[in-house]
Amino acid sequence: MDPGSNGESPGSRQPSLDSLCSSSTSRSDRSFQTKGPSISSEQNSNSDLSPQLRVKGKPAKTFRDSGKDDVELLPKEVVQDVGKDVTYICPFLGALRGTLTVTNYRLLFRGINREPGVVLDLPLGVISRVDKIGGASSRGDVSYHLFCKDMRNLRFVHKQPDDSLKKSVFEVLTKFAFPVSNNLSLFAFEYNQVFPENGWKVYDPLAEYRRQGLPNESWRISKVNDHYELCDSYPAALVVPVTITDDELRRVAAFRAKGRIPVLSWLHPESQAAVVRCSQPMSGVSGKRCKEDEKLLQAIMDANAQSHKIFIFDARPSVNAAANKMKGGGCESEDAYQNAELVFLDIHNIHVMRESLRKLKEVVYPNIEESHWLSNLESTHWLEHIKLILAGALRIADKVESGKTSVVVHCSDGWDRTAQLTSLSLIMLDSHYRTVTGFQKLIEKEWISFGHRFQQRVGHGDQNHTDADRSPIFLQFIDCVWQMTQQFPAAFEFNEYFLITLLDQLYSCLFGTFLCNSEQQRVKEELVKRTVSVWSLVNSQLEEFVNPLYVHYPAHVLLPSVSIRHLQLWVSYYIRWNPRMRPQEPVHQRYKELLAKRAELQKRVEELQREVANRASTSSERAGSPTRSITPVQTFV
Amino acid sequence: MLSLGGGGAKSSKPSFVSYITPEEIKSEKEPPKKERHPNLLPGEVVFCSADPILKHTQDDVSQRGIFGTLLCTNFRVSFVSDETPLEETAQHFKNKLYGENDIPLMCVDHIYGVYDEKRKMITGGMLKNKYPSKMIIHCKDLRVFQFCLTFTKEEDARKIFHGIAHHCLEPKSLKCVFAFSYAVSRSPEMQRSQRTVMFDSKEDWAQEMKRTKGNCRIVTENEGFKLSTRLPKYFIIPSSVTDEDLFKFQGKGLPIWCWSHHSGCALFKASTLPVPQEDGVIQRYMERMLDAAAQTHLYSLKIEDLSETLPTVQDIQQSYAKFKQFFLIDNSTDFWVSDVKWFSSVENTGWMDIIRKCLQKAVEVVECLEKENTNILIMEEEGTDLCCVISSLVQIMLDPHYRTLTGFQGLVQKEWVAGCHAFLDRCNHLCQKDKECQSPSPIFLLFLECVWQLVQQHSPAFQFSETYLTVLSDSVHVPVFSTFLFNSAYQRESTLKAESQHPQRGPLNCPAVWDWSVQFDCKAQELFLNPLYADKLKQDKVLRKVPRPKHQRQLSLPSSAFKTPPKKGFFKDETESLKKMLRVKRISRWMASPDSPAANTREFYEAWQRRPLDHHGLLLPWLDGPAVRLWMQRYLRWIPEVQILGGGPVAVTNKMAELLVQVQELRKKLDLKGCLQPEAERVQLQPRPLALARNSLRLSSAFPFASSRNWTFKPVIPTSLLQSLMLTDKLASQEDETTEVISLV
Repeated sequence: MDPGSNGESPGSRQPSLDSLCSSSTSRSDRSFQTKGPSISSEQNSNSDLSPQLRVKGKPAKTFRDSGKDDVELLPKEVVQDVGKDVTYICPFLGALRGTLTVTNYRLLFRGINREPGVVLDLPLGVISRVDKIGGASSRGDVSYHLFCKDMRNLRFVHKQPDDSLKKSVFEVLTKFAFPVSNNLSLFAFEYNQVFPENGWKVYDPLAEYRRQGLPNESWRISKVNDHYELCDSYPAALVVPVTITDDELRRVAAFRAKGRIPVLSWLHPESQAAVVRCSQPMSGVSGKRCKEDEKLLQAIMDANAQSHKIFIFDARPSVNAAANKMKGGGCESEDAYQNAELVFLDIHNIHVMRESLRKLKEVVYPNIEESHWLSNLESTHWLEHIKLILAGALRIADKVESGKTSVVVHCSDGWDRTAQLTSLSLIMLDSHYRTVTGFQKLIEKEWISFGHRFQQRVGHGDQNHTDADRSPIFLQFIDCVWQMTQQFPAAFEFNEYFLITLLDQLYSCLFGTFLCNSEQQRVKEELVKRTVSVWSLVNSQLEEFVNPLYVHYPAHVLLPSVSIRHLQLWVSYYIRWNPRMRPQEPVHQRYKELLAKRAELQKRVEELQREVANRASTSSERAGSPTRSITPVQTFV
Repeated sequence: MLSLGGGGAKSSKPSFVSYITPEEIKSEKEPPKKERHPNLLPGEVVFCSADPILKHTQDDVSQRGIFGTLLCTNFRVSFVSDETPLEETAQHFKNKLYGENDIPLMCVDHIYGVYDEKRKMITGGMLKNKYPSKMIIHCKDLRVFQFCLTFTKEEDARKIFHGIAHHCLEPKSLKCVFAFSYAVSRSPEMQRSQRTVMFDSKEDWAQEMKRTKGNCRIVTENEGFKLSTRLPKYFIIPSSVTDEDLFKFQGKGLPIWCWSHHSGCALFKASTLPVPQEDGVIQRYMERMLDAAAQTHLYSLKIEDLSETLPTVQDIQQSYAKFKQFFLIDNSTDFWVSDVKWFSSVENTGWMDIIRKCLQKAVEVVECLEKENTNILIMEEEGTDLCCVISSLVQIMLDPHYRTLTGFQGLVQKEWVAGCHAFLDRCNHLCQKDKECQSPSPIFLLFLECVWQLVQQHSPAFQFSETYLTVLSDSVHVPVFSTFLFNSAYQRESTLKAESQHPQRGPLNCPAVWDWSVQFDCKAQELFLNPLYADKLKQDKVLRKVPRPKHQRQLSLPSSAFKTPPKKGFFKDETESLKKMLRVKRISRWMASPDSPAANTREFYEAWQRRPLDHHGLLLPWLDGPAVRLWMQRYLRWIPEVQILGGGPVAVTNKMAELLVQVQELRKKLDLKGCLQPEAERVQLQPRPLALARNSLRLSSAFPFASSRNWTFKPVIPTSLLQSLMLTDKLASQEDETTEVISLV
């Protein structure tokens, strides 16, 4: 990393309105624009907002556009069409004329009549919907509205081409924005950038279980799902109590929705209290029971000698759990499961969450109504949902930590709310998951391997934007993590930029990490072979993502405040397109300044030390250890 | 829901049941019937006391409490615990004047009595004969105390209840304020803060004018307050105001100089004159005043009548009265209930909006000075309320000197204390009932709120911390300091003279709040400093000698302002038309623009944004919805439900301080070896980096308030989650795995 060139010098510049606006290329979209002079240099002043990530990769091809603007393309990125004289209706700057370029990966708009040039650069994956507004107007203009998954909408106007047979740039755009709907492959399968680090090696389930001390005398690693026969949305390696046989597990699978049986997520290193996840029991209206399932839960309880109780956390509101009985689902009855206590966490379903985010977008984009900001925010219920999720995770963590009790967590299918709850409570309980690599493992494990349906929830490359399976579940999880980083600014090794990058890459379809719905599908698609992992990018430029304030306290359990008074809207994510919302981190910047200062001074002290040492024969005076002898302040004030 | 709107009487309160019966206590407690006292201050006298009194902890679930003695003195209500205090180490931030179980009398906001499970507000005038089973005290620093009176003797309970109610709620005279008993016993050697400019001498004003290169005249004619009792002893006005005019309307309408911009234009404030009479005397006088304010500086003049564009002092009072209710939490149930509609509740009080409006107004004034280089005259009825808020904010935004600790204190002295803000009336220290002429209103707190917004948005630009601001807001209600006790410079001087025991030796020696050693030891005072502050070494000195390069940059920015009058500019010819307007009606606001106020200043913001960030240059606040935030430290510090253990801002401060110490140590090492070039790169660091407790894990977000040992390590889990989010629409009952497509467009 070259510290001098990255414009990181803290706060040295404030973003200009223009550059901010053009930064609608999301902060990390451009992250792997390999040493591109073109885009970034035009937005010099923006660079402190979006640290340029440099990757020593293959020199990318350069696409020449109108003879002077160089577009740095990614490996395998090919320009599909260029629209001259397109107008971008910026909600902050007004109408801007320029050129629109569409590749098989991105949309690039360059303004021509403004200084400094306005650039809009976003991956096509971020587009959820393209709407043509009306027909051609009297002046022959055609207008398009792009709705994006990252909280912005873009509007373009262009002249109807004289040659009506020729496809307009927007028809090309629509095709490449929704490759799945157009029988094309996602760009992730083309992209073959080589990074110094291989992100696919980050998570090894067996190694992670070994870290937790598994297998042990109570828990074994079962191969029953090796070929995804027991449960096609579960990973191959499952940790279950030693006392339960694979045959019994098969019978449990028949009783649990989608075969998602109770398996271990995490084991407390001291108390042996376990966090176990599963889907709802198929008890139905008649209250069907399953002996093996009851035995399994008893075994889970018995594996923890500290407690004679087990808590079952049902993420849903109790009404919804009851309603599920009509469809054969339901929840554990306390009659059938002795020593179990059932707790409902009142978290709503994916549809409610999707609607809440839609309202939030209305409130924050493009303009914020100043005088009613707070009540508008409240009316979206977004933070209220965040609060409930965090509160649920907190209760789970508390039972495990203070109650030394094992817990079972489920919702309906166990891949949305359950993933949110287990992963958040694990972050609270285990400081390892607050490190950069630990957090990567957590996502690989609790989300990806346990079958959070990324493809469905995000709708990669699919033009069916009304698909009811889409929902911002992962975004909510990241938001919850961000809330915790705000409350515990020194407890996380990664910074806000890391979280934003993850969300941007969730939609970009550049990496294979968030593709497909299950481990089985991923194996079938050979993602490891055919795509690049997002962790390759992250781990190749870690310094960008590290929180300078991080202090590692191994045994520190985080108990966040879940009161809405402490929850904030994540402005630098949800409102980042608004140039009047300046994302700023003066604390971190100042801290980095000081770190640099300290490093510099340390170096000089060491140099002097060496000099002194060289002349030591003549001098009896020896300076103390070069770096660490810190005396109390008062002594020299 | 919390019941709001002043009355505060709650209808359905959960009952307060103690699970310990009085018999149990008697048997438990040995009778070491020794009089328990807090460490009384010099001049402090105990009026009455009662024991045993049960003080409830705020933790509602357990209904636990501590037994002890409740006292009322001429300074405070004090609770002395029977329990021997745990190790005092947890107290990082001990106030020397009052402890965590003490409430200065002036700090009491409301007292409620619980009669048969019902909470009633106790008002001074109509003291009930019957004493309540429980007394709830809401403090102005937002603490809440609950004392159970049922365990003590009936007579004692009645006495202490009446005593406290009487001394806290009944109107009293200024002479009864504790400061006058306290000050006499203080040794005169006690220096008041040496470095804070007090603006009580001619030299202070002259120096200030010199510092800002102002070009006005110092008025000395008010030395004996012959000119006006509502004006400072010394003040500055445009040079061309004649002596005759000076005395014409007792100083009303005089453009009082506040500050000069480096471009030469200046900020003035004035009180308004009554509605002009037919004879035109006032009109002509005002014309001369405007001329004076404009011509001296050869600049155009803009007038801003704050009373027409900002909320009134009554609006501010009402808004804050509603706002603060949300932080005076008696129990957990109330807390979680109010959590549900939190944002809209806060918004409905209008308090945040008032903050935003004040900052917005200040930005408009800053724009006039900085961009358009016009003189500006802000006006309001008395010229000592919102004028103080706006002029102080403008100076903080424009002048880095006021972002230092002593600079800020000097500013408060200049604009508020010497500037005759009516602290006594506005804070209602004397519990006067006559609302008509009084209008108590938290104007000064409003100013601190606005400053806090700037501090949280531009942390490295300020030498002081938010803790400093919080402590300052608390100190207003500590009846020891001369700073906040008076309505005017005249009242301050005359009262201190009259109250002096030895008139020959001069007036009573009453400390200013800036003498922080009265309240805190050195270590605690370190928390007033912001470790993030990016100081520039000897900046002021350099800047005064060398022409500030910054100016050129600033001037080069919107250069058009000098050539063509900007559309809203107010120039010479317009002054004429203004004068015509004056003949028909009172000066009114003509900066009025049809577009939103934010749109007005947008261009100015953008220009500022484009410039490199300079913590020592112009500072503008961000005013969009999410940018104006709640002052968490001040408002949430006493509420156990919101404490974050091992987290909060202190985690950052700690880390920062640690690093600062290391950097300083290294620098010192190099210094010792004489190898550090004394060149410009020597960024001056805080003189004393904080040495906080190393283990920040034990600190909570309430740091340094509400000592951490009070907090349990139990997480706070909301009661009844479902209640918080009742969704009954179609979506909520839908299945996750629906195949039915719902249109959401």
